[in-house]
Amino acid sequence: MMKVVRGFYAVAYSVKLCKPDVICAYPITPQSEIVENIAQMYANGELGNCEYITAESEFGAASILVGASATGARTYTATCSQGLILMSEVLWNAAGMRLPIVMTIANRSLSAPLSIWNDHQDSMAIRDAGIIQMYVENNQEVHDMMPQAFKIAENHKVMLPMMVCMDGYKLTHAYEPVDLLSQEIVDEFLPPYDPPVKMTTKEPYTFGSYATPATYMEFRAAVYNAMERSRKVIEEVYKEWAEISGRNWGGHIVAENCEDADVCVMAMGSLVGLVREVVKELRGEGKKVGFIKIRTFRPFPAEEIAKAVDNAQKVVVFERSLSMGSDAPVTLDVKAAIHKKAIDVYSPVVGLGGRDVPHKLVKSTIEEVIEGKAKPGTYFKGLKDYEEVVV
Amino acid sequence: MEKLRITLGAVSKPLESLKIKTGDWGAEYPVIIEENCKGCGDCVVYCPDLCIELVEVNGEEKKKKVAKVNYDYCKGCGTCSVVCRHDAIKMEIKEIYRG
Ligand code: SF4
Ligand code: SF4
Repeated sequence: MMKVVRGFYAVAYSVKLCKPDVICAYPITPQSEIVENIAQMYANGELGNCEYITAESEFGAASILVGASATGARTYTATCSQGLILMSEVLWNAAGMRLPIVMTIANRSLSAPLSIWNDHQDSMAIRDAGIIQMYVENNQEVHDMMPQAFKIAENHKVMLPMMVCMDGYKLTHAYEPVDLLSQEIVDEFLPPYDPPVKMTTKEPYTFGSYATPATYMEFRAAVYNAMERSRKVIEEVYKEWAEISGRNWGGHIVAENCEDADVCVMAMGSLVGLVREVVKELRGEGKKVGFIKIRTFRPFPAEEIAKAVDNAQKVVVFERSLSMGSDAPVTLDVKAAIHKKAIDVYSPVVGLGGRDVPHKLVKSTIEEVIEGKAKPGTYFKGLKDYEEVVV
Repeated sequence: MEKLRITLGAVSKPLESLKIKTGDWGAEYPVIIEENCKGCGDCVVYCPDLCIELVEVNGEEKKKKVAKVNYDYCKGCGTCSVVCRHDAIKMEIKEIYRG
Protein backbone atom coordinates (compact mmCIF):
# COMPACT_ATOMS: atom_id res chain seq x y z
CA MET A 1 0.00 0.00 0.00
CA MET A 2 1.65 3.22 -1.19
CA LYS A 3 1.59 5.96 1.44
CA VAL A 4 3.48 9.15 2.08
CA VAL A 5 5.16 8.57 5.44
CA ARG A 6 8.17 9.77 7.36
CA GLY A 7 11.30 7.65 7.60
CA PHE A 8 10.87 6.77 11.25
CA TYR A 9 7.36 5.48 10.57
CA ALA A 10 8.58 3.42 7.61
CA VAL A 11 11.03 1.73 10.00
CA ALA A 12 8.57 1.29 12.88
CA TYR A 13 5.89 -0.18 10.62
CA SER A 14 8.32 -2.63 9.07
CA VAL A 15 9.72 -3.70 12.47
CA LYS A 16 6.18 -4.37 13.65
CA LEU A 17 5.61 -6.72 10.70
CA CYS A 18 8.74 -8.65 11.69
CA LYS A 19 7.04 -9.63 14.98
CA PRO A 20 9.91 -9.05 17.39
CA ASP A 21 9.57 -10.62 20.85
CA VAL A 22 11.48 -7.98 22.79
CA ILE A 23 12.11 -4.36 21.90
CA CYS A 24 14.17 -2.25 24.22
CA ALA A 25 15.31 1.29 23.60
CA TYR A 26 16.34 4.61 24.99
CA PRO A 27 15.43 7.79 23.14
CA ILE A 28 18.05 9.83 21.30
CA THR A 29 17.62 12.44 18.61
CA PRO A 30 16.95 11.82 15.73
CA GLN A 31 16.20 8.17 16.41
CA SER A 32 13.55 8.73 19.10
CA GLU A 33 10.60 8.83 16.73
CA ILE A 34 11.36 5.31 15.53
CA VAL A 35 10.90 3.78 18.97
CA GLU A 36 8.15 6.26 19.88
CA ASN A 37 6.17 5.03 16.90
CA ILE A 38 6.82 1.43 17.88
CA ALA A 39 5.82 2.25 21.48
CA GLN A 40 2.56 3.66 20.17
CA MET A 41 1.89 0.50 18.16
CA TYR A 42 2.68 -1.51 21.30
CA ALA A 43 0.28 0.61 23.37
CA ASN A 44 -2.39 0.08 20.73
CA GLY A 45 -1.93 -3.67 21.10
CA GLU A 46 -0.58 -4.09 17.58
CA LEU A 47 2.58 -5.93 18.63
CA GLY A 48 1.06 -9.16 19.87
CA ASN A 49 3.06 -10.74 22.67
CA CYS A 50 6.04 -8.45 22.19
CA GLU A 51 7.65 -7.00 25.33
CA TYR A 52 8.50 -3.33 24.98
CA ILE A 53 11.00 -2.29 27.63
CA THR A 54 12.07 1.29 28.26
CA ALA A 55 15.65 1.27 29.51
CA GLU A 56 17.52 3.79 31.66
CA SER A 57 20.24 4.26 29.02
CA GLU A 58 21.45 2.84 25.74
CA PHE A 59 23.90 0.74 27.66
CA GLY A 60 20.94 -0.70 29.56
CA ALA A 61 18.90 -1.16 26.40
CA ALA A 62 21.62 -3.15 24.67
CA SER A 63 22.26 -5.18 27.84
CA ILE A 64 18.58 -6.06 28.19
CA LEU A 65 18.52 -7.21 24.57
CA VAL A 66 21.59 -9.37 25.09
CA GLY A 67 19.71 -11.14 27.87
CA ALA A 68 16.51 -11.35 25.86
CA SER A 69 18.26 -12.64 22.75
CA ALA A 70 20.05 -15.30 24.83
CA THR A 71 16.63 -16.65 25.82
CA GLY A 72 15.81 -17.06 22.13
CA ALA A 73 13.79 -13.88 21.61
CA ARG A 74 13.77 -11.92 18.35
CA THR A 75 15.19 -8.59 19.48
CA TYR A 76 15.25 -5.06 18.13
CA THR A 77 16.49 -1.63 19.09
CA ALA A 78 17.27 1.69 17.43
CA THR A 79 19.84 4.27 18.39
CA CYS A 80 22.57 6.58 17.07
CA SER A 81 25.47 8.84 17.92
CA GLN A 82 26.38 8.98 21.63
CA GLY A 83 23.77 6.33 22.29
CA LEU A 84 25.46 3.94 19.90
CA ILE A 85 28.91 4.43 21.35
CA LEU A 86 27.48 4.09 24.85
CA MET A 87 26.14 0.72 23.68
CA SER A 88 29.40 -0.29 22.10
CA GLU A 89 30.80 -2.20 25.07
CA VAL A 90 27.66 -4.34 25.03
CA LEU A 91 27.53 -4.63 21.25
CA TRP A 92 30.98 -6.16 20.98
CA ASN A 93 29.74 -8.70 23.50
CA ALA A 94 26.53 -9.31 21.56
CA ALA A 95 28.61 -10.08 18.47
CA GLY A 96 30.94 -12.39 20.37
CA MET A 97 27.95 -14.11 21.98
CA ARG A 98 26.55 -14.50 18.45
CA LEU A 99 23.23 -12.86 19.26
CA PRO A 100 21.31 -11.69 16.18
CA ILE A 101 20.06 -8.39 17.59
CA VAL A 102 18.77 -6.13 14.80
CA MET A 103 19.16 -2.38 15.07
CA THR A 104 18.32 0.68 13.07
CA ILE A 105 20.91 3.42 13.30
CA ALA A 106 19.67 6.95 12.60
CA ASN A 107 23.17 8.12 11.69
CA ARG A 108 24.25 11.21 13.57
CA SER A 109 27.56 12.92 14.27
CA LEU A 110 29.58 12.43 17.47
CA SER A 111 30.53 14.90 20.19
CA ALA A 112 32.44 17.09 20.71
CA PRO A 113 31.20 19.57 19.74
CA LEU A 114 27.65 18.46 20.38
CA SER A 115 25.68 18.09 17.17
CA ILE A 116 22.43 16.34 16.48
CA TRP A 117 22.87 16.36 12.72
CA ASN A 118 23.76 13.71 10.25
CA ASP A 119 27.00 12.06 9.22
CA HIS A 120 28.40 8.53 9.54
CA GLN A 121 30.91 8.90 12.35
CA ASP A 122 28.78 6.97 14.86
CA SER A 123 28.38 3.70 12.98
CA MET A 124 31.95 3.88 11.70
CA ALA A 125 33.17 4.01 15.29
CA ILE A 126 32.03 0.43 15.84
CA ARG A 127 32.68 -1.01 12.41
CA ASP A 128 35.09 -3.62 13.86
CA ALA A 129 32.68 -5.04 16.46
CA GLY A 130 31.46 -7.97 14.38
CA ILE A 131 28.15 -6.34 13.50
CA ILE A 132 26.87 -6.48 9.94
CA GLN A 133 26.36 -2.95 8.61
CA MET A 134 24.38 -1.83 5.61
CA TYR A 135 23.43 1.68 4.53
CA VAL A 136 20.19 2.68 2.85
CA GLU A 137 19.49 5.30 0.25
CA ASN A 138 15.88 6.14 1.00
CA ASN A 139 12.90 5.26 3.16
CA GLN A 140 11.56 2.53 0.90
CA GLU A 141 14.91 0.80 1.15
CA VAL A 142 15.00 1.01 4.95
CA HIS A 143 11.41 -0.23 5.08
CA ASP A 144 12.40 -3.19 2.92
CA MET A 145 15.61 -3.82 4.85
CA MET A 146 14.17 -4.57 8.28
CA PRO A 147 12.77 -8.05 7.47
CA GLN A 148 15.94 -8.80 5.50
CA ALA A 149 18.10 -7.79 8.45
CA PHE A 150 16.35 -10.28 10.75
CA LYS A 151 16.66 -12.99 8.14
CA ILE A 152 20.38 -12.35 7.64
CA ALA A 153 21.29 -11.95 11.33
CA GLU A 154 19.30 -15.02 12.42
CA ASN A 155 20.68 -17.30 9.71
CA HIS A 156 22.48 -20.13 11.50
CA LYS A 157 25.53 -19.69 9.28
CA VAL A 158 25.76 -16.09 10.45
CA MET A 159 24.36 -15.45 13.95
CA LEU A 160 25.63 -11.89 14.27
CA PRO A 161 23.95 -8.59 15.17
CA MET A 162 23.01 -6.39 12.22
CA MET A 163 22.73 -2.63 11.86
CA VAL A 164 20.61 -0.99 9.18
CA CYS A 165 22.01 2.53 8.89
CA MET A 166 19.81 5.38 7.69
CA ASP A 167 20.81 9.03 7.67
CA GLY A 168 19.40 10.91 10.65
CA TYR A 169 16.90 13.64 9.72
CA LYS A 170 17.74 13.42 6.03
CA LEU A 171 15.86 10.12 5.97
CA THR A 172 14.36 9.60 9.43
CA HIS A 173 12.33 12.81 9.26
CA ALA A 174 11.80 13.04 5.52
CA TYR A 175 8.36 12.45 4.00
CA GLU A 176 8.59 10.00 1.15
CA PRO A 177 6.15 7.75 -0.64
CA VAL A 178 6.70 4.25 0.72
CA ASP A 179 4.98 1.11 -0.48
CA LEU A 180 4.15 -0.32 2.96
CA LEU A 181 4.56 -4.08 3.19
CA SER A 182 1.74 -6.41 4.08
CA GLN A 183 1.89 -8.83 6.99
CA GLU A 184 1.41 -11.71 4.55
CA ILE A 185 4.47 -10.91 2.49
CA VAL A 186 6.69 -10.50 5.58
CA ASP A 187 5.33 -13.71 7.13
CA GLU A 188 6.06 -15.56 3.92
CA PHE A 189 9.58 -14.18 3.76
CA LEU A 190 10.63 -14.22 7.41
CA PRO A 191 10.15 -17.39 9.48
CA PRO A 192 10.07 -17.13 13.29
CA TYR A 193 13.49 -17.01 14.92
CA ASP A 194 14.87 -20.49 15.54
CA PRO A 195 17.70 -20.01 18.06
CA PRO A 196 20.47 -22.65 17.86
CA VAL A 197 20.95 -22.27 21.61
CA LYS A 198 18.82 -20.54 24.21
CA MET A 199 18.78 -20.40 27.96
CA THR A 200 15.84 -21.01 30.22
CA THR A 201 15.52 -21.01 33.99
CA LYS A 202 15.63 -24.83 33.85
CA GLU A 203 18.62 -24.89 31.53
CA PRO A 204 20.83 -21.94 32.41
CA TYR A 205 23.92 -21.13 30.35
CA THR A 206 26.70 -18.61 30.44
CA PHE A 207 26.96 -16.67 27.17
CA GLY A 208 30.35 -15.28 26.21
CA SER A 209 32.19 -17.26 28.85
CA TYR A 210 35.71 -16.56 29.88
CA ALA A 211 38.31 -17.91 27.45
CA THR A 212 41.97 -18.41 28.27
CA PRO A 213 44.75 -17.83 25.70
CA ALA A 214 44.26 -21.51 24.85
CA THR A 215 40.84 -20.84 23.24
CA TYR A 216 40.17 -17.08 22.92
CA MET A 217 41.72 -16.81 19.49
CA GLU A 218 39.49 -19.53 18.03
CA PHE A 219 36.36 -17.79 19.33
CA ARG A 220 37.39 -14.53 17.66
CA ALA A 221 38.33 -16.35 14.46
CA ALA A 222 34.84 -17.87 14.54
CA VAL A 223 33.28 -14.38 14.60
CA TYR A 224 35.52 -13.32 11.72
CA ASN A 225 34.55 -16.41 9.74
CA ALA A 226 30.85 -15.92 10.45
CA MET A 227 31.17 -12.39 9.04
CA GLU A 228 32.86 -13.87 5.96
CA ARG A 229 30.10 -16.46 5.57
CA SER A 230 27.51 -13.71 5.84
CA ARG A 231 28.60 -12.35 2.42
CA LYS A 232 26.80 -15.14 0.61
CA VAL A 233 23.84 -15.21 2.97
CA ILE A 234 23.31 -11.46 2.55
CA GLU A 235 23.41 -11.74 -1.23
CA GLU A 236 20.91 -14.59 -1.18
CA VAL A 237 18.57 -12.67 1.10
CA TYR A 238 18.86 -9.54 -1.07
CA LYS A 239 17.98 -11.68 -4.09
CA GLU A 240 15.11 -13.45 -2.42
CA TRP A 241 13.73 -10.10 -1.34
CA ALA A 242 13.86 -8.78 -4.89
CA GLU A 243 11.81 -11.76 -6.04
CA ILE A 244 9.24 -11.65 -3.29
CA SER A 245 8.76 -7.88 -3.13
CA GLY A 246 9.43 -6.98 -6.75
CA ARG A 247 11.92 -4.34 -5.63
CA ASN A 248 15.51 -5.12 -6.53
CA TRP A 249 17.92 -2.98 -4.54
CA GLY A 250 20.94 -4.80 -5.92
CA GLY A 251 23.73 -6.71 -4.20
CA HIS A 252 26.45 -5.55 -1.82
CA ILE A 253 27.11 -2.75 -4.27
CA VAL A 254 25.25 -1.33 -7.23
CA ALA A 255 27.58 -0.31 -10.05
CA GLU A 256 26.19 1.89 -12.81
CA ASN A 257 28.05 2.72 -16.03
CA CYS A 258 31.40 1.65 -14.61
CA GLU A 259 32.45 -0.61 -17.52
CA ASP A 260 33.79 2.22 -19.67
CA ALA A 261 34.35 4.78 -16.90
CA ASP A 262 37.70 6.48 -16.31
CA VAL A 263 36.40 7.83 -13.03
CA CYS A 264 34.20 5.81 -10.65
CA VAL A 265 32.38 7.72 -7.95
CA MET A 266 31.21 6.02 -4.75
CA ALA A 267 28.74 7.06 -2.10
CA MET A 268 26.81 5.50 0.74
CA GLY A 269 23.54 6.43 2.45
CA SER A 270 21.21 9.26 1.50
CA LEU A 271 23.91 11.01 -0.53
CA VAL A 272 23.55 8.23 -3.11
CA GLY A 273 20.55 9.80 -4.85
CA LEU A 274 22.30 13.11 -5.43
CA VAL A 275 25.65 11.66 -6.49
CA ARG A 276 23.93 9.28 -8.91
CA GLU A 277 22.08 12.23 -10.50
CA VAL A 278 25.26 14.27 -10.84
CA VAL A 279 27.10 11.34 -12.42
CA LYS A 280 24.25 10.92 -14.90
CA GLU A 281 24.49 14.60 -15.80
CA LEU A 282 28.23 14.35 -16.29
CA ARG A 283 27.75 11.33 -18.53
CA GLY A 284 25.21 13.37 -20.47
CA GLU A 285 27.98 15.90 -20.96
CA GLY A 286 30.15 13.16 -22.45
CA LYS A 287 32.34 12.50 -19.39
CA LYS A 288 33.33 8.89 -18.80
CA VAL A 289 32.09 8.61 -15.24
CA GLY A 290 30.54 5.68 -13.43
CA PHE A 291 28.73 5.39 -10.13
CA ILE A 292 28.90 2.86 -7.31
CA LYS A 293 26.43 2.71 -4.45
CA ILE A 294 27.88 0.86 -1.49
CA ARG A 295 25.10 -0.96 0.36
CA THR A 296 26.90 -3.47 2.57
CA PHE A 297 29.79 -1.94 4.50
CA ARG A 298 30.53 -4.84 6.88
CA PRO A 299 31.42 -7.31 5.50
CA PHE A 300 33.14 -4.99 3.03
CA PRO A 301 32.47 -5.90 -0.62
CA ALA A 302 36.11 -5.66 -1.64
CA GLU A 303 35.95 -8.10 -4.57
CA GLU A 304 32.83 -6.52 -6.01
CA ILE A 305 34.39 -3.07 -5.86
CA ALA A 306 37.70 -4.21 -7.34
CA LYS A 307 35.80 -5.76 -10.23
CA ALA A 308 33.59 -2.73 -10.80
CA VAL A 309 36.48 -0.24 -10.99
CA ASP A 310 38.66 -2.52 -13.10
CA ASN A 311 38.81 -0.13 -16.06
CA ALA A 312 39.02 3.11 -14.11
CA GLN A 313 42.07 5.27 -13.49
CA LYS A 314 40.51 7.28 -10.71
CA VAL A 315 38.07 6.60 -7.92
CA VAL A 316 36.20 9.22 -5.90
CA VAL A 317 34.84 8.19 -2.51
CA PHE A 318 32.43 10.66 -0.95
CA GLU A 319 33.11 10.31 2.78
CA ARG A 320 30.72 11.19 5.57
CA SER A 321 33.10 10.40 8.43
CA LEU A 322 36.72 10.53 9.48
CA SER A 323 39.37 8.29 10.93
CA MET A 324 41.62 10.73 12.76
CA GLY A 325 45.19 10.09 11.73
CA SER A 326 44.43 8.12 8.60
CA ASP A 327 42.29 8.13 5.48
CA ALA A 328 38.53 8.20 6.05
CA PRO A 329 36.99 4.77 6.79
CA VAL A 330 35.39 3.84 3.46
CA THR A 331 38.52 4.96 1.63
CA LEU A 332 40.70 2.68 3.73
CA ASP A 333 38.64 -0.29 2.65
CA VAL A 334 38.43 0.82 -0.98
CA LYS A 335 42.20 1.28 -1.12
CA ALA A 336 42.73 -2.16 0.38
CA ALA A 337 40.31 -3.61 -2.18
CA ILE A 338 42.20 -2.18 -5.17
CA HIS A 339 45.75 -2.13 -3.83
CA LYS A 340 47.08 -4.13 -6.80
CA LYS A 341 45.65 -1.74 -9.36
CA ALA A 342 47.15 1.55 -10.47
CA ILE A 343 44.14 3.64 -9.49
CA ASP A 344 44.24 7.01 -7.70
CA VAL A 345 41.76 7.35 -4.85
CA TYR A 346 40.25 10.75 -4.09
CA SER A 347 38.37 11.09 -0.82
CA PRO A 348 36.41 14.29 -0.43
CA VAL A 349 34.94 14.44 3.09
CA VAL A 350 31.58 16.18 2.95
CA GLY A 351 28.58 16.95 5.11
CA LEU A 352 29.96 16.38 8.59
CA GLY A 353 27.52 17.29 11.35
CA GLY A 354 24.73 17.98 8.89
CA ARG A 355 26.66 20.44 6.69
CA ASP A 356 24.67 20.77 3.50
CA VAL A 357 26.02 18.95 0.46
CA PRO A 358 24.60 20.87 -2.48
CA HIS A 359 24.42 19.62 -6.04
CA LYS A 360 27.00 22.21 -7.14
CA LEU A 361 29.54 20.97 -4.61
CA VAL A 362 29.19 17.33 -5.67
CA LYS A 363 29.49 18.26 -9.33
CA SER A 364 32.52 20.51 -8.96
CA THR A 365 34.23 17.95 -6.73
CA ILE A 366 33.89 15.26 -9.39
CA GLU A 367 34.82 17.66 -12.19
CA GLU A 368 38.02 18.65 -10.41
CA VAL A 369 39.03 14.99 -10.31
CA ILE A 370 38.15 14.44 -13.97
CA GLU A 371 40.13 17.53 -14.98
CA GLY A 372 43.15 16.56 -12.88
CA LYS A 373 42.76 19.55 -10.57
CA ALA A 374 42.45 17.52 -7.36
CA LYS A 375 45.14 15.65 -5.48
CA PRO A 376 44.55 12.01 -4.42
CA GLY A 377 44.02 11.45 -0.70
CA THR A 378 41.61 12.64 1.96
CA TYR A 379 40.50 16.26 1.80
CA PHE A 380 37.52 18.36 2.92
CA LYS A 381 34.91 19.83 0.62
CA GLY A 382 32.44 22.50 1.68
CA LEU A 383 34.82 23.45 4.48
CA LYS A 384 35.10 27.08 5.55
CA ASP A 385 38.44 28.78 6.00
CA TYR A 386 39.03 28.66 9.73
CA GLU A 387 41.49 29.79 12.34
CA GLU A 388 41.74 28.07 15.74
CA VAL A 389 42.08 30.53 18.62
CA VAL A 390 42.16 30.16 22.41
CA VAL A 391 38.72 31.23 23.68
CA MET B 1 45.54 -33.39 15.71
CA GLU B 2 42.15 -33.45 17.37
CA LYS B 3 40.03 -30.39 16.64
CA LEU B 4 39.51 -27.84 19.36
CA ARG B 5 35.80 -27.69 20.18
CA ILE B 6 34.45 -24.23 20.79
CA THR B 7 30.80 -23.35 21.34
CA LEU B 8 28.76 -20.86 19.35
CA GLY B 9 28.84 -17.57 21.25
CA ALA B 10 31.22 -18.99 23.87
CA VAL B 11 28.17 -20.49 25.56
CA SER B 12 28.90 -22.80 28.46
CA LYS B 13 26.91 -24.94 30.87
CA PRO B 14 26.81 -24.28 34.62
CA LEU B 15 30.02 -25.14 36.50
CA GLU B 16 32.05 -25.57 33.31
CA SER B 17 34.29 -22.77 34.50
CA LEU B 18 35.56 -25.17 37.16
CA LYS B 19 37.62 -26.70 34.37
CA ILE B 20 39.58 -23.50 34.02
CA LYS B 21 42.29 -23.79 36.64
CA THR B 22 43.04 -20.15 37.34
CA GLY B 23 45.57 -21.26 39.91
CA ASP B 24 48.06 -21.33 37.00
CA TRP B 25 48.17 -17.58 37.00
CA GLY B 26 49.83 -16.94 40.31
CA ALA B 27 53.55 -16.39 40.72
CA GLU B 28 53.37 -17.18 44.43
CA TYR B 29 51.42 -19.62 46.53
CA PRO B 30 50.49 -19.74 50.22
CA VAL B 31 51.79 -22.47 52.48
CA ILE B 32 49.84 -23.16 55.68
CA ILE B 33 51.94 -23.78 58.79
CA GLU B 34 49.57 -26.09 60.56
CA GLU B 35 51.23 -25.82 64.01
CA ASN B 36 50.53 -22.08 64.03
CA CYS B 37 47.03 -22.19 62.54
CA LYS B 38 44.27 -21.61 65.09
CA GLY B 39 41.44 -22.32 62.67
CA CYS B 40 40.04 -18.85 63.22
CA GLY B 41 38.80 -18.67 59.61
CA ASP B 42 39.94 -15.10 58.90
CA CYS B 43 41.75 -16.21 55.77
CA VAL B 44 38.64 -18.05 54.60
CA VAL B 45 36.65 -14.83 54.80
CA TYR B 46 39.25 -12.66 53.11
CA CYS B 47 40.32 -14.92 50.24
CA PRO B 48 38.87 -13.14 47.16
CA ASP B 49 38.67 -16.40 45.22
CA LEU B 50 36.92 -18.48 47.88
CA CYS B 51 39.64 -21.07 47.85
CA ILE B 52 40.44 -21.64 51.49
CA GLU B 53 38.41 -23.92 53.69
CA LEU B 54 38.88 -25.22 57.22
CA VAL B 55 39.49 -28.95 57.50
CA GLU B 56 39.88 -31.22 60.49
CA VAL B 57 43.31 -32.65 61.23
CA ASN B 58 44.66 -34.56 64.22
CA GLY B 59 46.43 -32.16 66.55
CA GLU B 60 48.68 -32.93 69.52
CA GLU B 61 45.83 -33.46 71.96
CA LYS B 62 42.59 -33.51 70.01
CA LYS B 63 41.29 -32.94 66.54
CA LYS B 64 41.54 -29.34 65.38
CA LYS B 65 40.55 -27.31 62.29
CA VAL B 66 43.17 -25.74 60.04
CA ALA B 67 43.14 -23.80 56.81
CA LYS B 68 43.52 -25.71 53.54
CA VAL B 69 44.13 -24.01 50.17
CA ASN B 70 42.64 -25.15 46.90
CA TYR B 71 45.61 -24.53 44.62
CA ASP B 72 43.54 -25.08 41.48
CA TYR B 73 42.04 -21.63 41.91
CA CYS B 74 44.34 -19.77 44.32
CA LYS B 75 45.78 -16.80 42.42
CA GLY B 76 48.58 -16.21 44.85
CA CYS B 77 47.53 -12.70 45.84
CA GLY B 78 48.83 -13.12 49.38
CA THR B 79 45.79 -11.60 51.07
CA CYS B 80 45.45 -14.61 53.34
CA SER B 81 49.01 -14.36 54.59
CA VAL B 82 48.52 -10.65 55.37
CA VAL B 83 45.29 -11.14 57.33
CA CYS B 84 46.45 -14.17 59.31
CA ARG B 85 47.26 -12.98 62.86
CA HIS B 86 49.05 -16.15 63.83
CA ASP B 87 51.85 -16.28 61.31
CA ALA B 88 50.35 -19.41 59.87
CA ILE B 89 50.56 -18.56 56.16
CA LYS B 90 53.82 -18.07 54.32
CA MET B 91 53.94 -17.07 50.66
CA GLU B 92 56.37 -19.00 48.48
CA ILE B 93 57.47 -18.23 44.94
CA LYS B 94 56.56 -20.94 42.44
CA GLU B 95 59.40 -23.10 41.27
CA ILE B 96 59.19 -21.83 37.67
CA TYR B 97 59.61 -18.21 38.77
CA ARG B 98 62.67 -18.81 40.94
CA GLY B 99 65.80 -17.23 39.55
S1 SF4 C 1 46.90 -16.26 48.06
FE1 SF4 C 1 45.01 -15.09 47.66
S2 SF4 C 1 43.86 -16.46 46.37
FE2 SF4 C 1 45.41 -17.73 47.32
S3 SF4 C 1 44.47 -18.54 49.11
FE3 SF4 C 1 45.50 -16.69 49.74
S4 SF4 C 1 43.96 -15.09 49.60
FE4 SF4 C 1 43.17 -16.85 48.46
S1 SF4 D 1 45.75 -19.65 58.51
FE1 SF4 D 1 45.67 -17.95 59.95
S2 SF4 D 1 43.84 -16.79 59.37
FE2 SF4 D 1 43.67 -18.81 58.41
S3 SF4 D 1 42.52 -19.99 59.85
FE3 SF4 D 1 44.66 -20.37 60.32
S4 SF4 D 1 45.16 -18.87 61.87
FE4 SF4 D 1 43.22 -18.22 60.97
